[in-house]
Amino acid sequence: MLLATGYLLLIAGYLLLIAGYLLLTTALSFDVIIAGAGIVGAACAWECARAGLRVGVVEPRMVGGGATAAGMGHLVVMDDSPAQLALTRYSQVLWRSLAEHLPDDCEYRECGTLWIAADADEMAEVNRKAALLQSHGIPSEVLDAQQLTEIEPLLRQGLAGALRVPQDGVAYPPNVARFLLAQAVESGAKVFLGQKITGLSARGAELSDGTALTTNAVVNATGHWSPALTPQIPVKPRKGHLLITDRYPQSVRHQLVELGYLKNAHAVAADSVSFNVQPRATGQLLIGSSRQYDATGPEVEPHILQAMLRRVTEYMPALAQMSVLRVWTGFRAATPNHLPLIGPVAQESPKPKLYLATGHEGLGVTTAPGTAQILADMLLGCETAIPADPYSPINFA
Amino acid sequence: MITLTVDGKSVTVPEGYTVAAALAHAGLWAGRRAVSGGRRGPVCGMGVCYECRVTLDGQPHALSCRTLCAAGMEVRTDG
Repeated sequence: MLLATGYLLLIAGYLLLIAGYLLLTTALSFDVIIAGAGIVGAACAWECARAGLRVGVVEPRMVGGGATAAGMGHLVVMDDSPAQLALTRYSQVLWRSLAEHLPDDCEYRECGTLWIAADADEMAEVNRKAALLQSHGIPSEVLDAQQLTEIEPLLRQGLAGALRVPQDGVAYPPNVARFLLAQAVESGAKVFLGQKITGLSARGAELSDGTALTTNAVVNATGHWSPALTPQIPVKPRKGHLLITDRYPQSVRHQLVELGYLKNAHAVAADSVSFNVQPRATGQLLIGSSRQYDATGPEVEPHILQAMLRRVTEYMPALAQMSVLRVWTGFRAATPNHLPLIGPVAQESPKPKLYLATGHEGLGVTTAPGTAQILADMLLGCETAIPADPYSPINFA
Repeated sequence: MITLTVDGKSVTVPEGYTVAAALAHAGLWAGRRAVSGGRRGPVCGMGVCYECRVTLDGQPHALSCRTLCAAGMEVRTDG
């Protein structure tokens, strides 16, 4: 009688041990591990988790950090290339439907963009853009000099006009990233904060504290740090400066960008500054922008700041009287063709399957939703909503 | 005596008063609003806390504790 009980207890003990082992290993077993909890990583986690995948997110610093915390959060359609237009438009439609679910602290506003033309040449460019956007069903409106003064009185006299794109908007990216990641967690995603992926093996990924995660797929969404995890990918840091003013309510209505911004954003060499001003809900103005290739340090550089301030006060003289509260820098993740890298990398060992979701340069916030859907579709083996070949890392293999 | 307007109301104070003092004299000590909507007013009285800011003759974010009243000055607070 005692012996039988003893044997039963022994078997129960073994079963408990096995159950515990299985629980532990399945708790660290994922379909996909996402490196980076910036807005791109968070959006990917959200899409993958709600599609039913077991998602793990690894982030050494903070959620919504990196370029997500440093940039303007301008949600804008850009037409440097058909592929860029396709991805930004696809993403903008997703943003507009996501907007109704975003909490107030994400500060989403559909304020629209004004692309400012300083002369007749730039006005011709405005008309070209208007026709292109119209052919893609994207609403826009050409404004002449008079209309421009009426709609944005702080702009200097003598500008030629502008293109208004009303469905463009702005948001506060760190809070959007936090919201999306929280949604992912609600759908079962696990977040490993304060951890980095220190190694990849056929089983999966190892973290800095030695935790071994089992996974079939790893997504590199680490922005300008991405070559550290997947070496030899063509991502380079591109430094930018921004500043924010005190509150000046009702001073600016739209995100105002000079057309020269497009030339500078899509150049491959040379440091540049452009007029780029965004109104926040508080009435503070976010002022940019600058691009540098060879800068390595995060310090604010006076000569860049000076050039930027000279440029912006040319377009908006009243800015010279405004109080600046803070100046900071950040690093965009730039690629040679100004398109992000979304998709599987060519790799020698087949496991884990490595994907990139990085290299978004100045469009990471804009294209986070589109990137996330494309990536989730790839992981699920579904057809993507827009052709994904232009963003394939294999293009640079 | 100096007469200025504060939010459209006429206020008369002795010469040498700062705008912050004139605001207090007019019962408008906490004339600024935080982003959250809470009331704010001068704390340090010496130009470092920036809580005393008003719009002075159209110029926003002027330090009222560091500005002497002048005849005909137009002061606007956040109400």
